[in-house]
Amino acid sequence: MMVENSSISPTDDQPILEVRELAKHFEIGSGLSFKRKTGVVKAVDGVSFSLRPGETLGLVGESGCGKSTVARTLLRLEEATSGSALFHGEDIFKATPQELKSIRRRLQVIFQDPYASLNPRMTVEEIISEPWVIHPDALPASERPDKVRALLENVGLRREHAERYPHEFSGGQRQRIGIARAIALDPEVLICDEPVSALDVSVQAQVINLLMEIQERLGIAYVFIAHDLSVVRHMSHRVAVMYLGRIVEIGTEEQVYNHPRHPYTKALLSAEAPLDFSKDRKKHQRIILEGEVPSPSNPPSGCRFRSRCWKAQEVCAGEAPPLEYVNNHAVACYFPEDSPAG
Amino acid sequence: MSSAPILEVENLQIEFRTGRDTVHAVNGVSFQVESGETAAILGESGSGKSVTASAIMRLLQSPPAFVAGGSIRFKGQDILSLPISQWRDYCGREIAMVFQDALTSLNPVFSVGWQIAELFKAHGIAKGREADNRAIELLERVGIPDPASRAKDYTHQFSGGMRQRVMIAMAIALGPDLLIADEPTTALDVTVQAQIMELLESLRQDSNMAMILITHDLSVVADVADNVAVMYAGRVVERGPVADVLGRPAHAYTLALLDSVPQARGKGSKLRPIVGSPPDLARIPKGCAFNPRCRFASDLCRNETPPIVEVTPGRTAECHHAEQVFNDG
Repeated sequence: MMVENSSISPTDDQPILEVRELAKHFEIGSGLSFKRKTGVVKAVDGVSFSLRPGETLGLVGESGCGKSTVARTLLRLEEATSGSALFHGEDIFKATPQELKSIRRRLQVIFQDPYASLNPRMTVEEIISEPWVIHPDALPASERPDKVRALLENVGLRREHAERYPHEFSGGQRQRIGIARAIALDPEVLICDEPVSALDVSVQAQVINLLMEIQERLGIAYVFIAHDLSVVRHMSHRVAVMYLGRIVEIGTEEQVYNHPRHPYTKALLSAEAPLDFSKDRKKHQRIILEGEVPSPSNPPSGCRFRSRCWKAQEVCAGEAPPLEYVNNHAVACYFPEDSPAG
Repeated sequence: MSSAPILEVENLQIEFRTGRDTVHAVNGVSFQVESGETAAILGESGSGKSVTASAIMRLLQSPPAFVAGGSIRFKGQDILSLPISQWRDYCGREIAMVFQDALTSLNPVFSVGWQIAELFKAHGIAKGREADNRAIELLERVGIPDPASRAKDYTHQFSGGMRQRVMIAMAIALGPDLLIADEPTTALDVTVQAQIMELLESLRQDSNMAMILITHDLSVVADVADNVAVMYAGRVVERGPVADVLGRPAHAYTLALLDSVPQARGKGSKLRPIVGSPPDLARIPKGCAFNPRCRFASDLCRNETPPIVEVTPGRTAECHHAEQVFNDG
């Protein structure tokens, strides 16, 4: 049931990456003085998940839910406030610069903006070779030119593209260059932060297929971050839904999309109209949520979704509901929908 | 939906003349909008959908933009030939527009209430306290809580969804008969997107206003539109009722577009992306503009511009292989 889009099944192996109670708080100053701290934005507040070899974990949520902050702390582009992230048992957050270098060799990233993430003054060859400049023992210099061209072919570009500059390529092609750079070191985990959000649908599908082919071929595990529910479902084996810095629901793609248990997941799924064009299509029934996502600097007490939830009761304002697992399908809600499937 | 069309766009051609190249952004677009209906223009970036909308509002700056041919008639009046002073009477009263980016479309240095009241003052409909009160009423109508005090706030004090509501309030202020919504929900989160679409739909129904919805999002079209025009490389390649066109496409591009969209409901098989990328509008391929990316393409497509084929009554496709696509797809 779980695996339909890959020949490599996520197994019950030891997780390759285990994130425990990850938190990232940003201090905000008042407008006039940078020294006085007037508040704390809890961008990520106690997020836990694990990633097994060869699987794709989708991280979905609206803007401000903290999904990109999770990615940035895992890469140590931001320092986590607390929590741990064990990569093969080694805590990324406690790694020394030397250890971090070795971790990053196996943990690579693709960014959202294919225009900002490629240096305009470097040729494609220099861009894709850069990981080997940082890790010279990964590939002897003499083999690099050939490998660059092989990588270009792997991502659907041509060998002669190696001598060109990023501005000569379209958005979709640039994203392919970014992918070639990310897989140059044969990583075990690829963090994809909204990799297709900036692309048009027809080109988006090309990049989605490419990422799935690469996973099939190389067995790389993905943390796939996106706000587009359909794209996340298409790519992922398991999906975690985030709201205001917390995971509210996590399960297999099938569990989360077909049997959503958290009211927020349900509302989120209903917000997107189905692609039904039949003559007798019914007017799509949506759950229209009241208001907007509250500010993460002043979230509601207890369950953070309660201010927009139609099921909220007194208990929701007290202790925050814990993420409780039934059949590997976890939900953080006192009044979950449906009974767990299976 | 049976009355005379409120808007008729015929063979519209728009060029952008830059130093070296002429970019053919719109190459002979024709469509009609009936009063009270929601017509969607669907296309990817660079397809010419927003340029078409801006041309209807006469917002294109010339140079570099030039209307190279065609006409736009609103209630029978050719609006492209109107002197700009006369056109101002149409703006807001007859046709209004909602833009994608509310933050850059609203003025940051005036309060929201002032900006809406200004509309009534400029058009000589109300002044002073009365204009202010009408602004507050409008804010209430678009679902802004506590409108009287929010009217004193500035745009940066509103969230993305609320800002979009303010812009919608301004657009409907003078009761236009046609509202052009250019990607009104693209910059918003899904749950807020749903709220805004719901609001637009209910406002449209209340006042029996026609709406042109410009979008790249198939699910938005499926949800609210009656008719759809699919655009590619500056042309309407297929046009007709939504259920017909997207339910059973007759143009290879529409079919390919549907094949390349993942769906949240029911996990589909592997996506079938469209190969290559959209054409450079300064160098549009000969014949059918879609031919280099089309799996149905033949020699005919590479050499001759396809005719407009009536697939079924009320729907057309501009494709040499319309019948084949219609039957195979």
